[in-house]
Amino acid sequence: MSAHENDSGAPHGTRRDYVTGFLLSVVLTAIPFGLVMSGVIADVRVTAAIIAGLAMVQIVVHMVYFLHMNARSEHGWTLMALIFTVVIVVIVLAGSLWVMFNMNHYMMPQMAPPAAHGAPPMDMGGM
Amino acid sequence: MSEAVTKFLFGRLTLEAIPYHEPILLGTFAMVALGGIALVGALSYYKLWNYLWREWFTTVDHKRIGIMYLVLGTVMLLRGFADAIMMRLQQAIAFNGSEGYLPAHHYDQVFTAHGVIMIFFVAMPFVTGLMNYIVPLQIGARDVSFPFLNNFSFWMTTAGAILVMMSLFVGEFARTGWLAMAPLSGLDYSPDVGVDYYIWALQIAGVGTLLSGVNLIATIVKLRAPGMTLMKMPVFTWSALVTNVLIVAAFPVLTAVLALLGADRYLGTHFFTNEAGGNPMMYVNMIWIWGHPEVYILVLPAFGVFSEVVSTFSSKRLFGYTSMVYALIVICILSYLVWLHHFFTMGSGATVNSFFGITTMIISIPTGAKIFNWLFTMYRGRIRFELPMMWSIAFMLTFVIGGMTGVLLAVPPADFVLHNSLFLVAHFHNVIIGGVLFGMFAGINYWWPKAFGFKLDRTWGLVSFWSWVIGFWVAFTPLYIVGLMGVTRRLRTFEDPSLQIWFVIAAVGAGIIAIGIAAFLIQIAVSIRNREALKDVTGDPWHGRTLEWSTSSPPPDYNFAFTPVIHDLDAWDDMKAKNQMAPTQGWLDIHMPRNTGAGVILAGLSMIVGFGLIWHIWWMVGLGMLSVIGYAIFHSFDYDRDFNIPAAEVAATETARLKALAAAGA
Amino acid sequence: MAHSNPTAAAPMTEGATPIYWETEPHHHESGSSTMLGFWLYIMSDCLIFAMLFASWGVYGRSFAGGPTSHELFDLKLVAVNTALLLFSSITYGFAMIAAHEQRKSAALRWLLVTLLFGLGFLGIELFEFSELIHEGAGPGRSAFLSSFFALVGTHGLHVFSGSIWLVTLMVQVARKGLIPANVRRLECLSLFWHFLDVVWIGVFTFVYLLGSMAS
Repeated sequence: MSAHENDSGAPHGTRRDYVTGFLLSVVLTAIPFGLVMSGVIADVRVTAAIIAGLAMVQIVVHMVYFLHMNARSEHGWTLMALIFTVVIVVIVLAGSLWVMFNMNHYMMPQMAPPAAHGAPPMDMGGM
Repeated sequence: MSEAVTKFLFGRLTLEAIPYHEPILLGTFAMVALGGIALVGALSYYKLWNYLWREWFTTVDHKRIGIMYLVLGTVMLLRGFADAIMMRLQQAIAFNGSEGYLPAHHYDQVFTAHGVIMIFFVAMPFVTGLMNYIVPLQIGARDVSFPFLNNFSFWMTTAGAILVMMSLFVGEFARTGWLAMAPLSGLDYSPDVGVDYYIWALQIAGVGTLLSGVNLIATIVKLRAPGMTLMKMPVFTWSALVTNVLIVAAFPVLTAVLALLGADRYLGTHFFTNEAGGNPMMYVNMIWIWGHPEVYILVLPAFGVFSEVVSTFSSKRLFGYTSMVYALIVICILSYLVWLHHFFTMGSGATVNSFFGITTMIISIPTGAKIFNWLFTMYRGRIRFELPMMWSIAFMLTFVIGGMTGVLLAVPPADFVLHNSLFLVAHFHNVIIGGVLFGMFAGINYWWPKAFGFKLDRTWGLVSFWSWVIGFWVAFTPLYIVGLMGVTRRLRTFEDPSLQIWFVIAAVGAGIIAIGIAAFLIQIAVSIRNREALKDVTGDPWHGRTLEWSTSSPPPDYNFAFTPVIHDLDAWDDMKAKNQMAPTQGWLDIHMPRNTGAGVILAGLSMIVGFGLIWHIWWMVGLGMLSVIGYAIFHSFDYDRDFNIPAAEVAATETARLKALAAAGA
Repeated sequence: MAHSNPTAAAPMTEGATPIYWETEPHHHESGSSTMLGFWLYIMSDCLIFAMLFASWGVYGRSFAGGPTSHELFDLKLVAVNTALLLFSSITYGFAMIAAHEQRKSAALRWLLVTLLFGLGFLGIELFEFSELIHEGAGPGRSAFLSSFFALVGTHGLHVFSGSIWLVTLMVQVARKGLIPANVRRLECLSLFWHFLDVVWIGVFTFVYLLGSMAS
């Protein structure tokens, strides 16, 4: 991307960007669907960890190739806003799950399904 | 008319919804109606409707929108305070078997409405109004980034306020407390319209708040005058930036949780019910994720005001500017890590409670650092005890005590004793009145001359000041005491006669605050009458340090005829020291946004949708939604939204000001 | 020239004497804040979805004795839907490239393709929802289904709004051409559209895939 685009603040993707991003996300979508639909890995927790990891990678791929995130647009303000949002999202997501499962653990022990402890996707409750 | 047709046309709205059988409400309604008719009559008689519509309602000028926010906040303050004084009276007399004068279902609405109105429709408009008015001036900009959106945001906030006011006379308001905790706010326990009024008033106002947050961040990021790097930004602007970041990151959470509560009530889902796997505690968790940042949204702009005021009236640069900025940023992140301290008692384990207890204690550190910075700014300064400075000093004394009781509540075992007690009520009034409200009064007294070109009357200002400060302590010290003894909040009657004296004292305190509010209104009226004597032509009556004081009072539509270039923090002080006044010739055309009525129309339509949703009038909801979407699309086809102020007009305005300045100087 | 830069990082000294007031005509880029403002709005939308994901995390297994996620989810349908959304992303990308190259009819064609993919996605989602409700697995059945419908439904509602917006923009581009204001609007919608794709990654992974694994 050339320098003059910094002012308008909207970096454009090239055809190559979009195609690369598209191919990567096709792969990153196909693998988790394949893993779950075929059930090749016996341990569901391993499968869960793999597909959650792939989702994270795919989100980054979309951010870079489709949303054109970089440290230059708007003098870095878009990236800064994104990082701040990610921090807050992680806090509220992890915090809510921690708080709620901890509370359920103490207040409603009879309600917790016996298999739930440590089972995906809820294993944050064990923290 | 058959029943089916009536139901189709009016949903669940019947004549029963009009509370003509309740004398208190009827009396209030009669007064409001008479006042309304008088106002409408006066406006029509003096032919002001056209003026109001053209110059105010449809304006995109951030200054006028800011003033309208402050008017909204003041009007709603009267309503919220009326609720407060009703509660104090009820609690003062409901002893020895007396039921007081408020029936339970009315009393419950009163304390709910008091909290909702004071937070959402008094404190928020005050804060937003001040930021709207001051921020563009402080950064040397001509307007905000999205002037039309600004107008729309204001009217959405107003639409929410109107819905709350409507609930007074059509139907009823929520009886759940200001956060409408589930499952009490669910359909099982609150089947009537009260909670629906609550949900839709806040959702509609929330849209306005969120958009104004986006708008002000974009303004501060993009429209700063050349040379104004982040660390040369005035502290009030910094606090506005952090506040709006908090708004943009917190209000969506409120939107989401109210939407889920709405789904429970309208679609029969089971998020916060007691059956089918629902969990009311999730509501508490989610609403406090919004709720805690919200208190910082309110208080940070007040901190910004105090920073400006203390520095100006000590005639010194603010002590520890850098640490002030970092304190703001630290508070911004930490305010998302403390929400559980609002529900320590609800059964989390020791790990969770200690984590949130410790984060709560940590967040008091940057706040404490700010207090020390203000004190060091005053140290060896030439302090001028003008009204804004007096409010600031009262704030420091009051707020520190409120902060300390807060840290006390942050200790989980102590909180198990004090949770939901009047001690808590006293604590948060201590920080909100002592912090936010005192800050707003400091700000209004400080920037009034900028907005209107004359100072506010000092005598009535002093009456208001002392009544508020003394009244606050008389009203809330008893609540600290009885709270410590274990009296819980929101009680309508009391068993123990020995407590009565405390509630009588508290009611007297509320009466003194009433004098403070009256004196504030009289202060404004007297100042307007004496505006010639109080006039300030310099535009810089306090020997200010930041850019808003470099232009005329009130500033022209375009704020600055020439864009200032910044070389130092306290840019205007720097210009005065180097004798670099604005040029007095060579005027240029100035490009400005055009006024539009689209904001009023869209907000009005949204209010109609809200009303339909509350009363289950589905045709109104459908038509309203279609009109909102249709009108928004129609508005997007209007590409011609700007115009030029010709150089000649700028020249005329500026020359008139220069003449007045010369006359005053001569 | 540094003057045209609204955020102006460096203090300006031109020659020896510092300038305190800009006396030259100031080139004001209209709409220069739009992209940042819209991005901030999207960030706020992220928080709405964060709360919906949090409620999915809390309620995702609260079946309340009703049907479980393992029994209900049809991964083939989800795979088709995911593909549709992915295709719509790249076609929107091609529309943007065409728009930046000022090729109006190509841009309109790609926008139309995007719209069709979006509508296809919505159709399949509505079909899925109606099937579920038909089977007695509506949003009122259990907290699990409430949070499922809330999260997936909110995403769908966003796609629906995006589609309305897309149609509006197509009309505006057709009438006014690819003027800067319209290109800027297309860029905003582009952010919105791709953002919905990112949310969908979370939905298919954490709701459908993990949900259909948990028994």
